[in-house]
Formats: sequence, C-alpha cells, structure tokens
Amino acid sequence: MCSYLTVPTDIAGSAKGAQGWFPVTSAQVYFDHPFHAPFDHTLNIDFADPARGPGARVAVELSADSARRLVASITEALAAAGAAAS
Amino acid sequence: MAAPQEALTAAEVVLTGKDGASINAYEVRPAGDGPFAGVLVIHHLPGWDSGTKEITRHFAAHGYNAICPNLYARQGLDVDPDDAAAATREAGGVPDSQFVDDATVAVEALRALPTSNGKVGVIGYCSGGRHAFLTALSVPVDAAVDCYGAFVTGTVPEGFPLKAQPLVGRTGELRCPLLGLFGNDDQFPNPEHVDELEAALKDAGKPYEFHRYDGAGHAFFSVERPAYRPEAAVDGWQRIFDFFGTNLEA
Repeated sequence: MCSYLTVPTDIAGSAKGAQGWFPVTSAQVYFDHPFHAPFDHTLNIDFADPARGPGARVAVELSADSARRLVASITEALAAAGAAAS
Repeated sequence: MAAPQEALTAAEVVLTGKDGASINAYEVRPAGDGPFAGVLVIHHLPGWDSGTKEITRHFAAHGYNAICPNLYARQGLDVDPDDAAAATREAGGVPDSQFVDDATVAVEALRALPTSNGKVGVIGYCSGGRHAFLTALSVPVDAAVDCYGAFVTGTVPEGFPLKAQPLVGRTGELRCPLLGLFGNDDQFPNPEHVDELEAALKDAGKPYEFHRYDGAGHAFFSVERPAYRPEAAVDGWQRIFDFFGTNLEA
C-alpha cells in the first residue's frame, strides 16, 4: 500500500549530506515504499532544511524492526545521559 | 506480426507545462519508421525512479513510443528524483489539476512524434494507477491501464496530507476502455474497493477488463521488491500488451 501518511516534526541540529554539513530544521517520518531499500515498505526519515531546497536532505529507509530498535536505542542513550539530555 | 527488434532510443526531453514550467521526461522510441502507438507511463509516489524508467523502456522494446514525465519536476530539473519525491510529499503531493495538465502535455508530445500512429494509451502503478484513471477521465487517450491504484474508490482516511480524493463518482466521464490489474491481498485497493469500481463501470456502461490475482498484493509488478509475484506479473504484462494491441492499432 501507499500509506501517504507523513508525521513531521521540527528539529534542531545538523546533518551531513552530499554537499557536506548543513543545519536541519525538519524531520519527515513516514512508513511507505522505499526508494532504495530492498523491502516492500520501510520507515523513512528525511532530515531536511526545506529552505535550502530539495537537495538539503539526509534520508534513511529502515525496516520496521530496525526502526523500532533505533527508537529504543535513542531512548536508552538519552536516558543514560540523564539531566544533560533534558 | 514480426517479432520486435527491441532496438530503441532513450533520451531525456523537456516539455513545457500548461503553466509554463519545464518538465523533464524520459522518452523512449523504438527503432524504425513506425507508425507506433504511444504509451504514457505514470510513475508511483516514490517518484521518477529507475524502475519506472525500465518499464518505459519495456514498452519501447515492444514497439511503442513511450514517455514518462517527471511529475515532481517543479522541484527543479537537476534535483535527484528521490529528493524531489520527498519535497513533493512534504508539500502535500501533486494537485490533480496540475497532473492533468502535465498528462495532457505528455500525450500531445507523443502524438506529435513523427512516428506516431495517433493512438495513445496510459498506464500507471500504485498512485500512478489512480493517475491513469484520472487521465482516462480528463485527457483524450485511447486506452488506460490501472495497476492497483489506491483511492480511485474507497475513502481517504482522515489525516492523510495528500490532496488525493476518490474519483469513482466521475466514472461516467471515462473516455476509453479500462484494463485493471489488482492483487487480492492488497489493502489499498482491497477487493471491496475493486468491486466498487467494477460496479460503477457496469452502471455507467463503460468497457473494462479486470484481472484479480490470488497470492498477490500491492506492487506485484515490482521486480526489485519482495512484493514481486512472477505469475501475476507475467500474466499481467501479457494482458497489458493484448489490451494495448487491441485498442491502440491505427
């Protein structure tokens, strides 16, 4: 299926793309057909700065299982950092 | 009919949209003087990708002038297709009115080729299946193939950010015969959605031919994905070439 559904969020930070490092301001999160990964559907995240044009994007396409593990890893890493990550 | 020699010429061409925008398109033409029918290939939501261009070449190898316009060209002609798809998605997709204008320009380009026989068919996969149906409602084409297009019928769930709305209410406007190819394990469109479309076609007295495949879900033509189902895809390709052969002869 094409889920079409996109869950966006504002972010602050940087990402390294084809043209080097750039600030990222938004993350688009969606579960849909990948462009490259050899799965029917993947959890896709576009880290982007739309103001810099479509090419200012770092994309990942993850299997559903690996996306869940990534969520757990992020949560664990932030928890371990404690107050510094608040 | 002689076996196709499969020699072809592929190139990127630039069309001018109704709004003046430049639209790059992948145009593939068989060798020889023709005349050849034309096929407009509509890419799916992930964009103007290599898989869709391979399909475009496949039609030319079978003796059709084929063109696949980049529906996301307004993000920039030099933007990578995957980046253009992501930016278009973030913007809410392509409005139907813009798509119809782009399809019109592409069909006109096919008919203007010196080797054209004047007939043009349209085919689309996934979101492109809906676009193929929309083309058959809105643009003078001679045959249309809807490969598992979602939201021709059914209800678009609340919260979906794209501008797609069901088209089944306009079935009476269909201008040409329709071939529909669907997997019975698909969720969008599921068999009930396909039933709804078939009932609308019958009610409107429109010519159509549907084939529904057991053991196949969405995107069963996609050779690079686990969804690929060789039995459905091989039969589906045969149905497509039979259908275009019947309806696109000069």
